[in-house]
Amino acid sequence: MSTHTPGPAPETTRIHNIGYRNYEGRRLGRAYVRRSLYSQSLRGAYGLGRSAKSKVLPMILFALMCVPAAIVVAVAVATKAKGLPLEYTSYAIFTQPIIGLYLASQAPQSVSRDLRFKTVPLYFSRPIERSDYVLAKFAAMASALFILTGIPLVILFAGSLLAKMDFSDQAAGFGQGLVSVALMSVLFGGIALVLAALTPRRGFGVAAIIATLTITSVAVTVIQEIARATDALDVIEWFGLFSPTTLIDGVQTAFLGAVSGFPGGQGPGTGVGVIYLLTVLALIAGSYAVLMRRYRKAGL
Amino acid sequence: MIVTESLSMRYPRVTALDRLSLDIGPGVTGLVGANGAGKSTLIKILLGLSPATEGRAAVLGLDVATSGAAIREQVGYMPEHDCLPPDVSATEFVVHMARMSGLPPAAARERTADTLRHVGLYEERYRPIGGYSTGMKQRVKLAQALVHDPRLVLLDEPTNGLDPVGRDEMLGLIRRIHTDFGISVLVTSHLLGELERTCDHVVVIDGGSLLRSSSTSDFTRITTTLAVEVTDSDEHPDGTAALRDKLTAAGITLHAGTEEGLPGAGHVLLLEAAGEETYDTVRDTVAGLGLGLVRMEQRRHHIAEVFRPGGADRGAERGVDQAADQAVGQVPDQVAGQGTDQSTEAQAR
Repeated sequence: MSTHTPGPAPETTRIHNIGYRNYEGRRLGRAYVRRSLYSQSLRGAYGLGRSAKSKVLPMILFALMCVPAAIVVAVAVATKAKGLPLEYTSYAIFTQPIIGLYLASQAPQSVSRDLRFKTVPLYFSRPIERSDYVLAKFAAMASALFILTGIPLVILFAGSLLAKMDFSDQAAGFGQGLVSVALMSVLFGGIALVLAALTPRRGFGVAAIIATLTITSVAVTVIQEIARATDALDVIEWFGLFSPTTLIDGVQTAFLGAVSGFPGGQGPGTGVGVIYLLTVLALIAGSYAVLMRRYRKAGL
Repeated sequence: MIVTESLSMRYPRVTALDRLSLDIGPGVTGLVGANGAGKSTLIKILLGLSPATEGRAAVLGLDVATSGAAIREQVGYMPEHDCLPPDVSATEFVVHMARMSGLPPAAARERTADTLRHVGLYEERYRPIGGYSTGMKQRVKLAQALVHDPRLVLLDEPTNGLDPVGRDEMLGLIRRIHTDFGISVLVTSHLLGELERTCDHVVVIDGGSLLRSSSTSDFTRITTTLAVEVTDSDEHPDGTAALRDKLTAAGITLHAGTEEGLPGAGHVLLLEAAGEETYDTVRDTVAGLGLGLVRMEQRRHHIAEVFRPGGADRGAERGVDQAADQAVGQVPDQVAGQGTDQSTEAQAR
């Protein structure tokens, strides 16, 4: 039986209000902030650090990108083929619809959310500058796309080594493929971000990206087919300049030893290829400039 | 804290700021102005986000034209508009914003937990922001402005959209930012009345130029209009009229006009409070008539009253009453049994 002891309650039971504590630690600069925003955006592009629901679509698309590569590899290994049934450089061209879907779903969520919920002023009231924000978002989108298109190439390359194909051949093809998808990632990422950033409405962004990627590519192909049917073969390579997909196709045909997907295989030669490359670089620079302009108005 | 020298901001068709010169010291400062008076433009310039057309400004001793990033590192900003994504939790959002201010990951999480607790968000901080009430959202917005422990916070209309209770809580919180956290505050509002309770100093701007800058007590000095509402009784079927007669007899100046357009406006007497004794006179008169006092409160100033010609003169006239005015909080609480909490609260400021 406990004895009742009068007096105040023991001091230990009191809840202490520790009050406000000042932050004395380090404040890391712009480079750190840029890195943080980059990694947050890159993770976000695959739904990491977001709700379970938002992981579904990017993960399904990522799997869809990898499955054909795995099947190709399985077939090649099983049949002991001398080479892969498809080129590294043509993989991303074949999988354009998946890449388009991925861009349409992820580019708007990366930029439209900040615009739509007016979070952008919160960023610009912090130490970072506009260029930091645009660079981080641009780099994150391009990296996400590079992961999406590069991993299947890695699978193909690993499979080719498993099937004991010629190493130097495969390594060269793999390298060319990586350069090609890297260029494509930056180009497509830039275009998609611009389209997504032009409207705070996510739906419009999705529609605009799908439309831009597919309509231009279909239109260009149709015109090229007409040109071939009318025997105007020399204009085919020029029309390729008018859609992002055919631009990449042209660049890799001219410089990366790819087989052109143009009608009749009428890809550009080195001369016209330079124009293709310059167009791609100009589009990338243009995307960056448009994004910078877009956020000049969005700040506060 | 903030110094501006003939700061001007001209757009092609509008002049947002017109040679504004300010010197704002530490403490809580209210920036009052009607919509479009240039408050937001001033904040934008102070954050170093848009260059002024002419003039200079310095925040925390740093020039806004050259050290924008250094200023923004030590300043917090709470925008007027909604700025929260609905699909993340308050914790996730504030942690991210802390990192965007340059705090290392571990410190960002720790500061977020601290700050959300200080602004009064507890268990709900793990739920998505989309489900929050307006008051809770305002707290999250405030938390993201405070999370990096700035030396100065700029709060743009923090009481917008809040109900009276939420408004009082927010104003109390703003007061604590200075008294407990040691952070100076610049808070904008278009209601002078709500700022006089919170701020040490009030700056009024209109049309981009300085209208008035003085300590809060100078402003309250001219807040001498008293609103009194009484009940009727069998003895005095029109209690308001009876009181009016009695008060006039007692030598108290009554404003001719009543408030229009408000419910029960005809029953509210507006009178000049010459000093503390006026409150006593009103109390005694009401008690003497046997009426119930529904409310007795100081009329809150709206920005328009500062513009009213003679407003400043009235203030000068009443300079002697300043001390008396500051003592109004001591007016007895209960008058004639029906004194309401509302009236005493309003006086206590």
